[in-house]
Amino acid sequence: MEYNPTELLICIASRQMEDRTSAFIGTGIPMLAAALAKKTHAPELAVVFEFGGIGSLLELLPLAVGGSRTFYKALAASSICDVMEAAQRGLIEYGFLGGAQIDMYGNLNSTVIGDHDRPKVRFPGSGGANDIGSLCWKTISIMRHDRRRFVEKVDFITTPGYLNGPGAREKAGLPAGTGPYRVVTDLALLGFDETSRWMKLLAVNPGITVEQVKENTGFELIIPDKVEENAPPSSEELRLLREEIDPGRLYI
Amino acid sequence: MKVLETGRGELFLRPDPAADREWLRRNKSWALKNKVMDEKEAIEKFVHDGDYLGTELYGTVRCPMSLAREIIRQGKKNLRVAGQGIMEIEVLIAAGLVSKLDLTYLGYEVLGLSYVLRRAAESGQLKIVEWSNAALAWRLKAAALGVPFLPVKSMLGSDTFNYSAAKVVECPFTGEKLCLLPATMLDVGLIHVHRCDVYGNAQLDGISGFAFELARASRRLILSTEEIISTDEIRKYPDRTIIPYYLVDAVVEAPFGSHPGEMYYLYWRDEEHLRQYLEASREPQTTEEYLRKYVYGVKNNAEYLELIGGEEKLNYIRSLAKGR
Repeated sequence: MEYNPTELLICIASRQMEDRTSAFIGTGIPMLAAALAKKTHAPELAVVFEFGGIGSLLELLPLAVGGSRTFYKALAASSICDVMEAAQRGLIEYGFLGGAQIDMYGNLNSTVIGDHDRPKVRFPGSGGANDIGSLCWKTISIMRHDRRRFVEKVDFITTPGYLNGPGAREKAGLPAGTGPYRVVTDLALLGFDETSRWMKLLAVNPGITVEQVKENTGFELIIPDKVEENAPPSSEELRLLREEIDPGRLYI
Repeated sequence: MKVLETGRGELFLRPDPAADREWLRRNKSWALKNKVMDEKEAIEKFVHDGDYLGTELYGTVRCPMSLAREIIRQGKKNLRVAGQGIMEIEVLIAAGLVSKLDLTYLGYEVLGLSYVLRRAAESGQLKIVEWSNAALAWRLKAAALGVPFLPVKSMLGSDTFNYSAAKVVECPFTGEKLCLLPATMLDVGLIHVHRCDVYGNAQLDGISGFAFELARASRRLILSTEEIISTDEIRKYPDRTIIPYYLVDAVVEAPFGSHPGEMYYLYWRDEEHLRQYLEASREPQTTEEYLRKYVYGVKNNAEYLELIGGEEKLNYIRSLAKGR
């Protein structure tokens, strides 16, 4: 069955989440990924939106992380402090992130390109990203994969990944055991080496070669001997996405 | 407690809970006083050039747009702004009234970047200090607690910290590193609510964002409200009052006051108008034309609502709001 790159990203991201856990969700792809996970392998995945929506069924796709749809038929309509404090207490498993740049340690930039006080490009800023990247156990970044975005060094660390290597998060005072978990791109699924904290290729997307992934990455990736290939979206995943999750084709 | 690191961002206001205590005791009143006034009077009285101003909620949701438009009409200058608001803060920047910004996020999510922020930041005109969402809310929480700072585990190790005005210390109890967020006691806070009485006892529906904290971290607090209800009604449901009257200085009746943003359960975001604004905001000249038409060109919220399409438009966005 034919599918587009956004549908592929959503399917691969959705497969990363376990049932009966919690995920901090932003608008866009993470939301669709969570909705798909809930309709397939993770019906009791609790989605949490940073302004207080907890446990939405995601029957209607939100346009804004503070919008009414983030708590339509939810279990609780709470507040920003409440959900951020839950994350700080260690209650939120997954957090979704994105950005203009990512480096080999999973640090993310969504603030500026160039000098901070006179930037070449000004992006929106952290929003909840820094909190999610600091406080959730496992963060999953969703990125377009090219050399402009996968860079040796980000211009600005909006959201901490493994900073400059092993032990750096703990040294900076960030909660132990937290950090980047997966990076989902249009080319591949990536993770992080347990020891060096370098980004590591886990699987290529259907039809993509390891060479293509390397060419589009601006730093050296760890390439294991055996690289898996991600399964393409199943016809059931695509049906759910198109007919039930986003029938108005707002995002896909 | 030894300070290990200090962000290089400017602290717009040094926390001073002792001074705040004195000020609040002198200026806040427990008297049941009718505080209803029009937006012109409220902004004239309680917003001043150079004020440190904050708004609630976030994005294009429950935003005090009618109050922001009145601030622009009155040309209150050199504002220092803290907030997570998007559109109400963006129009203040577009009108050239903001000199310093405690920023966490200014953009339109799926609709893209803010052209106004890009121009203001890339030209170096706007001084920006970086924070995270939780940090801004927790800074207000610190002020609400009446303490000068709050220790948290966010922002550590990042450039968001480096370009903030936070500090890192070693915890005297655990020895771990903590990020200290300075309390933000605003000169004036603006919140748009679903309903309140003439004294300012206010209720919200849906997620409460950080209204609870901002209301308690504002020396002066202006509420705009979809409707004014009787105090008897408030007394029937006192558990729903999240902003009690003694925190409030002005009550402005402003139906559809969040337009083009949405208001939970009442009306949906006006996508057509929002996109029209975003298109206009691409260039300084068209931004100016937008402001001339929709802000300077009207006297008050009622005239604005007529201009954006009157009853027909309002019925339409009302029909799109989801129930429960």
